[in-house]
Amino acid sequence: MFRWLRRSYQVVFLGFFLFFVLLTTAGLIRGYDVQWLLEFDPLVAVTTALASHSLHHALLWSLVIIVPTLILGRFFCSWICPMGVLHHALGFLARRRRPPDRVKQNAPRPSHKIKYLVLAVMLGLAAAGSVQIGLLDPIASTWRGLATSVMPALGNLAFGMYQGERHFQWGTLITLVFFGALALNLIYPRFYCRVLCPLGALLGLLSKFSLFRISKNPEICKGCKFCGSECQGAADPQGTVRATECMVCLNCIESCPRGGLSYRFLPPVKFSTTKIDLVRRKWLGAGVAGAVAVPFMRASDGVEPRPNPARIRPPGSLEERAFLEKCLKCAACMKVCPTGGLQPALHEAGIEGFWSPILIPRIGYCESNCVLCGQVCPTGAIEKLTIEKKVGEMPVRPPVRIGSAFFDKGRCLPWGYQTECIVCEEVCPTSPKAIYFKMETITARDGSQKTLKMPFVDLDYCTGCGICETRCPVVDRAGVRVSAANESRSPRSSISLTGGKI
Amino acid sequence: MSSNGPPGPYDKVPAAQVPKGTQTTSTPSADTAGMDRRGVLRVGATAAMALGSVALGLGLRERGSRKQAADLPTIKDHRADKPAGATDMAIARGPDPAANVRKAIEALGGMGRFVRRGERVVIKPNIGWNRTPEQAANTNPDVVAEVVRLVVAAGAGKVWLTDASVNTPEQCFGRSGIEKAAKAAGATVVRPDASAFREVNVSGKLLRTGDVLFPFVEADRVINVPIVKQHGLSLASMSLKNWYGVLGGQRVKLHQNIHLSIIDLAAMVKPTLTILDATRILLANGPTGGSLADVKQMDTIAAGNDEVALDAFGATLLGLNPNDVGFIVEGMKAGLGTLQWQSLKTVELGG
Repeated sequence: MFRWLRRSYQVVFLGFFLFFVLLTTAGLIRGYDVQWLLEFDPLVAVTTALASHSLHHALLWSLVIIVPTLILGRFFCSWICPMGVLHHALGFLARRRRPPDRVKQNAPRPSHKIKYLVLAVMLGLAAAGSVQIGLLDPIASTWRGLATSVMPALGNLAFGMYQGERHFQWGTLITLVFFGALALNLIYPRFYCRVLCPLGALLGLLSKFSLFRISKNPEICKGCKFCGSECQGAADPQGTVRATECMVCLNCIESCPRGGLSYRFLPPVKFSTTKIDLVRRKWLGAGVAGAVAVPFMRASDGVEPRPNPARIRPPGSLEERAFLEKCLKCAACMKVCPTGGLQPALHEAGIEGFWSPILIPRIGYCESNCVLCGQVCPTGAIEKLTIEKKVGEMPVRPPVRIGSAFFDKGRCLPWGYQTECIVCEEVCPTSPKAIYFKMETITARDGSQKTLKMPFVDLDYCTGCGICETRCPVVDRAGVRVSAANESRSPRSSISLTGGKI
Repeated sequence: MSSNGPPGPYDKVPAAQVPKGTQTTSTPSADTAGMDRRGVLRVGATAAMALGSVALGLGLRERGSRKQAADLPTIKDHRADKPAGATDMAIARGPDPAANVRKAIEALGGMGRFVRRGERVVIKPNIGWNRTPEQAANTNPDVVAEVVRLVVAAGAGKVWLTDASVNTPEQCFGRSGIEKAAKAAGATVVRPDASAFREVNVSGKLLRTGDVLFPFVEADRVINVPIVKQHGLSLASMSLKNWYGVLGGQRVKLHQNIHLSIIDLAAMVKPTLTILDATRILLANGPTGGSLADVKQMDTIAAGNDEVALDAFGATLLGLNPNDVGFIVEGMKAGLGTLQWQSLKTVELGG
């Protein structure tokens, strides 16, 4: 009975998850809170709060998981977590046939403590100001895997009918990590959940206080160990149940032929243990290792991150340091971007910003009347904007700028080849247009005179949206290109004297 | 030859060592004189492999990957016969855009002149930009909806509505208000997904082939519903320029000779009817606009079947002399219509 109840919850939550990832698409999303599963993630709340010393209001939803975990234990892993469901379903890959072999597969191992060290490293990183949790957090990595790998692969097969053709630079790395984690089930069932998952570790710590626990009636138990053959969390139900490892799948209760196990309110203390068996030195060591990694990363990236022309952040992004203190790299913004221009950074945003979102205008531009990336960002790394605020009203209210356009006069058709073009002026969305032209009379190769429209950029109006670069007819490297210079999120990025402080 | 261990495939096994029962009765001369059954099978298999690889090679040989323009479908001439004495062009003015459309079409002889019962019709508004109706970068949704209603009322078997947007199509079709209005009026909205295009023979001066939205290949009738806008490169965007929106692919290359490429496309798609929307016109920063300061309320609809004449009229609304607009002059030269719109049988209503 429990098993079917749990399975239906798992199917429903995985369905919800897939549905909301699919819904994260221009034209479908409307006002829906598609990123709610990310907002429920306690680890997202804890790490971003540690790093930025503030808690984005949406992340208060994580209390909906934290409080029940304090009461019920790590139920999240077996009832809600979409990655947990996938791992649960793939557990058959290495599942042994004979119950005694399965008891061995599901036995507690010292390696199961690694996830607590992973958590400590992540918390150390966050405390020192770098949020890297998105690399391993199950919700964020499942989001990213689906959004930038699975769905583009399937969607492009269907002629891009769902969201147009989509591709993400070096998305193969994301594919390898995502499917690699799933493939760990070939070693033994739920390897990732038991050994690596930092969210599972955090919920395990909270489960130390849980009021409801599995407990065994020693008078009924004859030691058949059927319970251990089905245990998802390797929580040792045949011995003393480990409350920190128990994922509350309730398989043990189901599989006991004599009804000797139960899930009870405040069972006698001796029937379960909350010991993780990690000495304080190891906890501290892992935490310090995480924290110490941060100055080393900044020795590579710069204490104030060095401006990079390709680091064009989504509109509404916080100033770079604050952005990195909140960005999860979940790829929700990349999924929703209607042009597909938001891409996972490789080297462009430094080592700390790996897989964080950047705009690559040659792939897609920033739609001027669109604020969807800020709408779906679960942590507030990209602020929610209104279209009015983003577009601005010059000269009263400047627009939100993400960069600015520059002509490459060797590649631009009018400048370099004396050929009529100015597509960039046509598509420029600002009013007055940031790209304007002047009539210039030039002498052609044969000595004849001809009048051409020569394009220029007006920095006061350019928002860096990049549509000029996207639509430039010069293939591969465009004749007009956008760099992050003059982005409005940081006064340090300003290039015009009127734009801010020196 | 190995001296110990089991014999290998090429080892000569002394007859004495061959296990009993496996000795063959054939003599060495029988091997060369005729084939046993296994030999026949081997020869047959080799022959089949040889023939198969020849057939496979011939089947897969390259035949030239580019299709010849002549092998591709063309878009037929959709112009309707003009009844004797019929009006060429109607200009309607008034505060209600839908009423203007009705009045103008009525003056031309009603939609029945252009669309017969059961015909398949494609309507082509300008849905190029992620803009609201007030910003006048796309055709007015009330105008489009009224055209759809009239076509449906004329008994059309199928009414497609489509355009290849410049901005993200979902957002253009949504924010312009056109998708919702057209669906409510009974049109089948075709978004410009990659699968919605067919390669056709353009056989123009510049363009040989092009990828075109499929309704233009399949429809019996084509209705052009452009908006009047200023345009940096071509000076204006109206009826003739609206045919850029049937094309997918690398259409930004066309700007290198914009006037002639407009004419190539206009010569490819000869519409049954054109309804020029000047409810609001965009005077500056076109064709994208964005600021309401660039928009002028004109409350005018012009309809007819001469796109050059309609564009000449539209140019005057933008304060241009039609003789200065390259594609209007080229359109007249190409025989697509007349620049002297006043010389046509024109009816002006309202205002």
